[in-house]
Amino acid sequence: MKKLISAPYLLWMAVFIIVPLLMVAYFAFTGSEGGFTLDNLAAVSQYTNVFIRSIWLAAIATVICLIISYPLALILARMDKSYQSTVLMIVMLPMWMNFLLGTYAWMTILGNNGLINMFLGQLHIEPFKMLNTPGAVVLGMVYNYLPYMILPLYTVIAKIDTSIVEAAQDLGCNGSKVLWRVIVPLSVPGIMSGITMVFVPAISTFIISRMLGGGSNLLIGDLIEMQFLGNSYNPNLGAAISLVLMVIILLIMTILNQFDNDEGRVLI
Amino acid sequence: MKKLSKAYLAIMMIFLYAPIFVLIVFSFNTTKSHSVMSGFTFDWYVKLFHNELIMHSLLNTFIVATAASVLSTVLGTAAAVGINNMKKLPKTLTLQGTNIPIVNPEIVTGVSLMLLFVFFSARMHFEFGFVTLIIAHITIDVPYVILNIMPRFRQMDPNLYEAAQDLGCGPAKAFFKAVLPQIMPGVLSGFLMSFTISLDDFVVSYFTSGATSQTLPITIYSMTRRKISPEINALSTIIFLAVVVVLVSKNIIERRAAVKGGIKG
Amino acid sequence: MKRILISLLACSTLFLYGCSHVADEEQEAIEEQTFTVADKAYYEQLKGQNVSINVYNWGDYIPDGSDERTLDLNKEFTSLTGIKVNYSTYATNEELYAKLKGGGSTYDIIIPSDYMISRMIKENMLEPIDMEMIPNFKYIMESFRDPEYDPGSKFTVPYTWGTVVLIYDNTALDENEVSWETLWDPKLAGNILMFDNPRDAFAVAEELLGYDLNTEDPEELRKAAELLKEQKKYVQAYVMDEIFDKMGAGEAIIAPYYAGDALILKNEYDHISYVMPDTGTNRFVDAVCIPKGSKNKTAAEIYINFLCEPDVALAISEYIGYSTPNIEAYDMLDDEIKENDILYPDEDYLEKKTVIYRNLSDDANLLMQTLWTDMKSSEEQTPNRFIVPAFMALCVIASLTILIRRYIKKKKDIF
Repeated sequence: MKKLISAPYLLWMAVFIIVPLLMVAYFAFTGSEGGFTLDNLAAVSQYTNVFIRSIWLAAIATVICLIISYPLALILARMDKSYQSTVLMIVMLPMWMNFLLGTYAWMTILGNNGLINMFLGQLHIEPFKMLNTPGAVVLGMVYNYLPYMILPLYTVIAKIDTSIVEAAQDLGCNGSKVLWRVIVPLSVPGIMSGITMVFVPAISTFIISRMLGGGSNLLIGDLIEMQFLGNSYNPNLGAAISLVLMVIILLIMTILNQFDNDEGRVLI
Repeated sequence: MKKLSKAYLAIMMIFLYAPIFVLIVFSFNTTKSHSVMSGFTFDWYVKLFHNELIMHSLLNTFIVATAASVLSTVLGTAAAVGINNMKKLPKTLTLQGTNIPIVNPEIVTGVSLMLLFVFFSARMHFEFGFVTLIIAHITIDVPYVILNIMPRFRQMDPNLYEAAQDLGCGPAKAFFKAVLPQIMPGVLSGFLMSFTISLDDFVVSYFTSGATSQTLPITIYSMTRRKISPEINALSTIIFLAVVVVLVSKNIIERRAAVKGGIKG
Repeated sequence: MKRILISLLACSTLFLYGCSHVADEEQEAIEEQTFTVADKAYYEQLKGQNVSINVYNWGDYIPDGSDERTLDLNKEFTSLTGIKVNYSTYATNEELYAKLKGGGSTYDIIIPSDYMISRMIKENMLEPIDMEMIPNFKYIMESFRDPEYDPGSKFTVPYTWGTVVLIYDNTALDENEVSWETLWDPKLAGNILMFDNPRDAFAVAEELLGYDLNTEDPEELRKAAELLKEQKKYVQAYVMDEIFDKMGAGEAIIAPYYAGDALILKNEYDHISYVMPDTGTNRFVDAVCIPKGSKNKTAAEIYINFLCEPDVALAISEYIGYSTPNIEAYDMLDDEIKENDILYPDEDYLEKKTVIYRNLSDDANLLMQTLWTDMKSSEEQTPNRFIVPAFMALCVIASLTILIRRYIKKKKDIF
């Protein structure tokens, strides 16, 4: 009886998680007329530059997220306990808005006649192009996925026993030494889960690049969407690209897992 | 040092809130421009409330989110109980499987479900709509329910269930009387999490919704691809207010509970 | 805190209420679009049966009541016939095709363009329309009956038509400076918008190269793709209806787009002008069809007939700006619009300078699609190809060092 209770879920998992993934693989290996083929996978290699661009932009966005989130998480964790949760809530609040709205807002801010360039115009500075550049895409990624970096970092840093820090100080470590020799190593699991949680959605996004990149900074997500519901209908190629994307992500996750001290994931 | 961290916090707040602030300000603009303020009006809010497409998709969003989160909570709770009682190998395997929708890129989950639904819709003559959308949402929600419940079992006395049965409860009664109250906080937070995920989801819905089941994020997306009307700004303002109200009241409730718990403990 | 919030909410609802009243009063002052139908009984044949239809249309392609004086046609249709309308939108013909082909949703009404219609007819994706059910087909101009894309008008009823024109910012460009070539002008780099769909984009390149817009020659298609690739470094963004906001807000200087939209933009903004390229352009017809799998064919036919009502066709043409193939609606238009050279160009221009797209062969379609994806994914500047391999290598090396360190540590622990 107690074992049977999870049967519905196991069935669900088989039908709606495993089978669909097998179908992606099946489509990737069949031609439009049916029959086994490797053409689709071979065709994916034509789009190597899209993969390179996606990995590159997502990596930049992840690094920027890490760099700006770490100090923030430190500040939050060291804050007076009585308003720590309130400040955390304020930091997290934008995450609850749909990401399309935030991205749309950036569109209006970054435009040639957008708010930033208007402001610069007041100061008699020539407007410069921000929207429709790779930089804008990275900004969109950072803005939308930043909370996914802050949260795990904060959780890990807040859990660090203050007595360890005090002990290090007693043993003669100065501020920066405490940070680099004690706090950073202890927060590695948080850093790793933060990186995964930012990198994976960033590499596969398909709206941000369209809205902020002007459609010429195509990412893997856009490429997949184009094959299924966009301008060049070819589900077999789309499935092949999805398959490659999955493999890349699996690879990156395995690499990242290597850094993890067997303490397991912190909060997903 | 204190000042420095305060300044940093302020800069981050500006970065996080500037876009939202801009959206809100221009929702009151008399013209459609989003860089020049030419006057103050509530017109866009009036239009928003009269826009049937948006109102309808808002309703759809709530229907889908409610159905998906309730069903995934039930499914996930049962699953968590079962997984907890598994032997090591099946347990690891199941948990690995559960992790797939979390780790997989959303677009791949969406596409894979779409392929599945297309395959069956051609053979079984159903069409994309609420059913496919709710199934897709349950699939992405359940893992979060399970992940929220599993840690609760570690804190629970494993003999509780047997004890209840020894005292004359049937299996069902033992579960509801002894086990469920113990894991309730996990169940609740799992439910809330899946509800918000469903409310907010765009990517998976984009691939699995049909002609009659457009949710709000899909409508917002199609709005951004047309002549943009400041109704979208008005909508953002309202969503923002709703989020603020929900989060603030959640915070207050939690604080009260913490204070009460403090007294009791 | 809570009290403040509540009072704020209360205030805002009060304001909203007040505003909606103001809006209502204003509405009466302005001249409204109205419509009457000849045969009420025809429209009421499905009343009370709780029927609904799924309409899939281009974005901003029907009056939706967003302006006070325009009709909300779908709402009017529902109140007239009792048939509920589920309305959703797409941005390109190719998107519509993909959604029908692999989307699993069923629609009752779609409005593709000429070449896509022939493709759909060829692939057996359309349901023949019962013309007995469309008495208003009599209003369709003679020249739009029995079109090349649908011989015998079995599957389609024309909705609107138009040409592709160039829209430009008259503060930055002079009329005589504007031609297809302007879209490749390095001086305008970063200020050019381009079609985000393969067929229209290729047509622009083919126009410039002097090819037939319906060419299937792989060599010519490749050359056109090369030209588009070359243009990429000057293009600000590939867009469809986003053009309204980008051109309107002065974000870009020039864009090719459809005539009706050009007129709407020009009427709305002083700095926008348009020009009809004198070397030639594409002429399109968008027509209403019923896709295979439609669950309510009769209701869909009633909807099509409704769209052909002279008053309704007039409202559509006035609101979206496109030219109407409906003879009665055309007669009711203001003279100013009838004489508008861009909406209703003279026969001579249409005859000599415009080409209607035909559906290409499967091979040509596939090639164009592949070339388009290639073009879109191609790199503007040559990137450093070593970035990603280096990044990956770094990750692998780092993980190896950690593994080794861990191994050494473990050994140390043992001893």
